[in-house]
Amino acid sequence: MRPVIPYVIGALLFGAGVYGVLRRRNAVLVLMAVELMLNAVNLILVTADTTVRATLPHGGQVFALFVIVLAAAEVGVGLAIVLQLYRLRASVAVDTVRLDAAPASELDEPRVIT
Amino acid sequence: MTGADVLLLALGAVAVGSGVLVVTTDQLVRAGLYLVVCLGAVAGLYLVLTAELVAWVQVLIYVGAVVVLLLFAVMLTRAPIGRSPDLDRPGLPAVLIGGGAGLGLAALFADAFRWSAVELPAPGNAERIGTELFRAWVLPFEVLSVLLLAALVGAIIVSRPDIGSRS
Repeated sequence: MRPVIPYVIGALLFGAGVYGVLRRRNAVLVLMAVELMLNAVNLILVTADTTVRATLPHGGQVFALFVIVLAAAEVGVGLAIVLQLYRLRASVAVDTVRLDAAPASELDEPRVIT
Repeated sequence: MTGADVLLLALGAVAVGSGVLVVTTDQLVRAGLYLVVCLGAVAGLYLVLTAELVAWVQVLIYVGAVVVLLLFAVMLTRAPIGRSPDLDRPGLPAVLIGGGAGLGLAALFADAFRWSAVELPAPGNAERIGTELFRAWVLPFEVLSVLLLAALVGAIIVSRPDIGSRS
């Protein structure tokens, strides 16, 4: 097995994820691109598990499992935030969210779009 | 080139191709479905790399749960069916940074490993990974369970404004 093949695949997937995070306006698509990046990291961890002879065997695969659990937690919280953003603004475009003027009074009374 | 290399190349082509489609397609639901193809191909790569347990967990959690959650979010935010022309921002910085990161890392790996070959280790089936997990990695495992609980409670509080804000 040539370890350079999965390593390069992981690097290219990571690049696609970075491109997606920077390019996309829709928050759900940004989350999908983040999933791509997490998968690339997992692939590199699993490949490193086959190339590195560590004292503790299979450390890379255990780390990949941990990253999968973290990704599940991340996507749960991320989607809750996205849905709340949609309820407040009726839009999930990430570049229309104004970070400089935090509307505290607006956040207290959420405008529920029905 | 052994059989494993050919499989890795084929699955990798599928994974990278559908991954690029996820970030370039202009239809929201199709992006989710391309993500399924990409994650499935990555699960196949895990199988070739003898990480059986990680591959099945990937299919269960990513393809089964995460993609379904993402598709639910696509539906709940009333995403338009069909083409949406306003999904993208100007692309030049993204192409520069994303392409630079991807190709730079790929060149780094290619330079580090050249065309060397390694023997595949013993397969990481449920028994071996479970033994390792509960022998050497018990503390991170328990911390992760607490983190999952915290994420669950946090998601509930974020999505319920009546219990989240103190107005």
